Amino acid sequence: MSLRKEERREVVLRIFRGTGSDRSKDRYETFTVPYQKDMVVLNAIHYIQSHLDSSLSARWNCKAGRCGSCSAEINGVPRLMCKTPVDRYDGEITVEPMKAFPLIRDLVTDVSDNYRVAKMIPPFTPSVATDHVWRMYQEDVEKSQEFRKCIECFLCQDVCHVIREHKAEYIGPRFVVKAASLDMHPLDALNRSAFMKDNAGLGYCNITKCCQEICPEHITITDNAIIPEKERVVDRHYDPLVWLYRKITYRSVKQNAKQ
Amino acid sequence: MWSAGTLESSPISSDDESYETISTDVLIVGAGGAGLRAAIEAFDKGAKVLIACKSLLGKAHTVMAEGGIAASLGNVDPSDNWKVHFSDTIVEGQFLSNWKMVEIFAKEAPERVLELEYYGALFDRTKDGKIMQRPFGAHSYRRLCYIGDRTGLELIRTLQDQVIKRGIDYIDEVVVTSIFKDPATGRVAGAMAIQLRSGKLLLIKCKAIILATGGCGKVYAVTSNSWESTGDGISLAYRAGAELMDMEMIQFHPTGMIFPAGVRGMLVTEAVRGEGGILTNVKGERFMEKYDPKRKELSARDVVARSIYTEIMEGRGTPNGGVYLDIRHRGAEYIKKRLPSMYAQFLEFAGIDITKQKMEVAPTVHYHMGGVRVDPETTETTLKGLFAAGEVACGLHGANRLGGNSLSDLLVFGRRAGLYAAEHARSAKIGSISEEDIDKEISRILAPFKVTNGSNPFELKERVAETMWKYVGIVRNEQDLRKGLEEIGRIRLEAKHVQARGPRAYNQSWEACLSLWNMLIDCEAIIRSAIERKESRGAHTRSDYPKKDNANWLVNIVIKQKDGQMIHELVPVPKIPPDMEKLINTDEILVWQQQEKREQLLVRK
Ligand SMILES: Cc1cc2nc3c(=O)[nH]c(=O)nc-3n(C[C@H](O)[C@H](O)[C@H](O)COP(=O)(O)OP(=O)(O)OC[C@H]3O[C@@H](n4cnc5c(N)ncnc54)[C@H](O)[C@@H]3O)c2cc1C
Ligand code: SF4
Ligand code: SF4
Ligand code: FES
Repeated sequence: MSLRKEERREVVLRIFRGTGSDRSKDRYETFTVPYQKDMVVLNAIHYIQSHLDSSLSARWNCKAGRCGSCSAEINGVPRLMCKTPVDRYDGEITVEPMKAFPLIRDLVTDVSDNYRVAKMIPPFTPSVATDHVWRMYQEDVEKSQEFRKCIECFLCQDVCHVIREHKAEYIGPRFVVKAASLDMHPLDALNRSAFMKDNAGLGYCNITKCCQEICPEHITITDNAIIPEKERVVDRHYDPLVWLYRKITYRSVKQNAKQ
Repeated sequence: MWSAGTLESSPISSDDESYETISTDVLIVGAGGAGLRAAIEAFDKGAKVLIACKSLLGKAHTVMAEGGIAASLGNVDPSDNWKVHFSDTIVEGQFLSNWKMVEIFAKEAPERVLELEYYGALFDRTKDGKIMQRPFGAHSYRRLCYIGDRTGLELIRTLQDQVIKRGIDYIDEVVVTSIFKDPATGRVAGAMAIQLRSGKLLLIKCKAIILATGGCGKVYAVTSNSWESTGDGISLAYRAGAELMDMEMIQFHPTGMIFPAGVRGMLVTEAVRGEGGILTNVKGERFMEKYDPKRKELSARDVVARSIYTEIMEGRGTPNGGVYLDIRHRGAEYIKKRLPSMYAQFLEFAGIDITKQKMEVAPTVHYHMGGVRVDPETTETTLKGLFAAGEVACGLHGANRLGGNSLSDLLVFGRRAGLYAAEHARSAKIGSISEEDIDKEISRILAPFKVTNGSNPFELKERVAETMWKYVGIVRNEQDLRKGLEEIGRIRLEAKHVQARGPRAYNQSWEACLSLWNMLIDCEAIIRSAIERKESRGAHTRSDYPKKDNANWLVNIVIKQKDGQMIHELVPVPKIPPDMEKLINTDEILVWQQQEKREQLLVRK
């Protein structure tokens, strides 16, 4: 950040324009917007829509980093536009749509395939009846809670080289996180190891940790979700008891069985 | 089965008037907590269900809810029960709520929370392994179940998983633009919609519609609400002939961020005060001791918001125009554990470390207590076959909503909407929609493509929002309200020539035109009701009528359309029966002795 904030008067953005149905017209357009202290890229996009070109398309909703709608590639790095201060960059800022997903228009991509993948994952299946108040302990729910911070921005899917290369075979980091969030629910009954190995393509991930680095929710995707899931697959293969032991929190089960 | 995929074909020209037709039993407009819970229930009761939502599935405004969900489980305070929750809600709603709705709500909220846990949600826990509950403004007991400060996200993800698991049909990034009625029966027969991705028009034929479109915070310049909170449902219902109620009741949340400018209005959750956060003015005074010595920072939202406003107006605000909110005394570890999103929000958006620095806050538009008038048990509106649940509906929160009561509202009445809409669909036939109505609607929604040199809808939306903020704000008076109404009228004229630029596919300026028109209707209803209520009650504060007036104003203001004009009616609040009245804990119980005067009101009408 060599440019001091006070000196900045305007921000120059180079924005991808194009329509999914006709990629021959792909282009970049440059816009200059007035600088405001601590503004983020999404503020600049809104300025363009209100004052310079209302035909620009960009998906957003909460403007607060909570909904995961405004994913884009900013100077080549997948980021949330609403959480990226323009002060991070000195010169022109290039904004492009996520490349791992088909283009709809301008900065908007078609992320619907993610919902197909979501459906593949064996859902939460309680191991105890729902006729009594469940007991679970804070230390036991915390592991899973980390994964539940996921805002489904799909930036990790965008950055993952496996997805870019073998889309069909690997469910991708977001969905390993999802599976892990279910596996680590203290009262979930299922064993997703076979699914993870045979259907989810977990073996494709070679632990580059790119996903973990860009996750806006700072979920330790690779260390806490992917690696343990890989271990489960191995354990399960050789020793179902180890799997059972890891999965089930003894206290939770004992307590709930008592009821 | 119809699937979203069939819509993605070649691009369409901007004047293409063709549409695709889909049929279902129950159409649910909105996929926030209310819409998703409704979908699950209607589906489980055997109805064919289609969810249509304006943003992507799983991204509804509900994901932002932070503090928690109120239900009298009594896990932390065993003395809590539904009766106390009932009393708290009625009292803080300043007796404007529909008591029956509050009763149902308070009784059913605990079941709905437990059900969420059975669906797979993982709440924070008490030491003995139950769902943890935290204190919140104006709740008598520790009542808010929570998941850190991302309760709404967990709620949405959990319900979304249930929807996906059941294979319930949904179409996302679809904007519903109008409701159609069968000309013969006057009942709901379908809706018109546009699919953003392709720009195509959709005619959805159905037997029942559930509006779950959320709030209308975006009609204000400073708000915690999402893009989609443009009050579309209110306008859809009004235009179809249903009644609106309590439209003047807009909740200003006491604590919104004030800088950087780009995030002005972003919520600072009440949980900060729930966890011990202290409000001070620029002189370092803990001013809430003056306004509500007993409850201080944890007083009702309207009280805290007005107190902050007063401090700022009387010159005791910070140079940035707010007050300080301080949680540092809790220690860094505690703060990061209990308020992780707040810690991150201030660090990432404002470069402030709340474990070391004070926050600066000011009121922000947060919630709409008013909305579409519904039956307290079935959630049916005054239009047959049209149901409403969640923030778009009205009747539960009265003049002020308690924190945490919205999320349980979504589940309790979302479920009921699904239940009764499915029941309605079982006996109803699919109605017919007249070609004329369809043609009219298509030319209405395609008009912005025919305009040349028209105005920019984004710009007009900003002007609407500035107008409302300026004239219909936290403290109101007749003169300003009238100015606001005039200005909204002027914008409405300009909005006739608003232009959508670019192709039909994913055209946000087109959506902006349509939501602008909806917002203008919402604003008119809000301002007219605000002018009408000549007293101060809950969230509605009038400097020219600073007192609460139980003798004349225990009434709900109902807005509807008559011969193309917006009219209003004053309807007395349903009287609380004696056995329920006994449960209410307030010095103000005497309000019901004003019954006679209320009856005279009817005569005055
Ligand atoms: C920052 C923040 C924090 C909050 N914290 C809490 C809390 O801790 N506890 C609490 O109880 N409440 C809280 N609230 C309030 C609560 O979150 C909302 O009132 C609630 O989520 C509204 O839910 P809903 O289901 O009614 O609608 P929403 O979640 O607003 O969803 C509306 C849905 O309708 C769709 N829609 C709108 N218009 C159309 C259209 N024309 N066509 C098709 N679809 C449409 C949208 O796409 C969306 O899917 C908070 C609110 C905010 C802003
Ligand atoms: S760690 Fe695995 S999932 Fe993450 S980016 Fe690398 S290959 Fe993809
Ligand atoms: S895991 Fe992180 S990067 Fe991936 S979708 Fe979730 S929030 Fe986004
Ligand atoms: S707009 Fe919601 S995350 Fe950026």
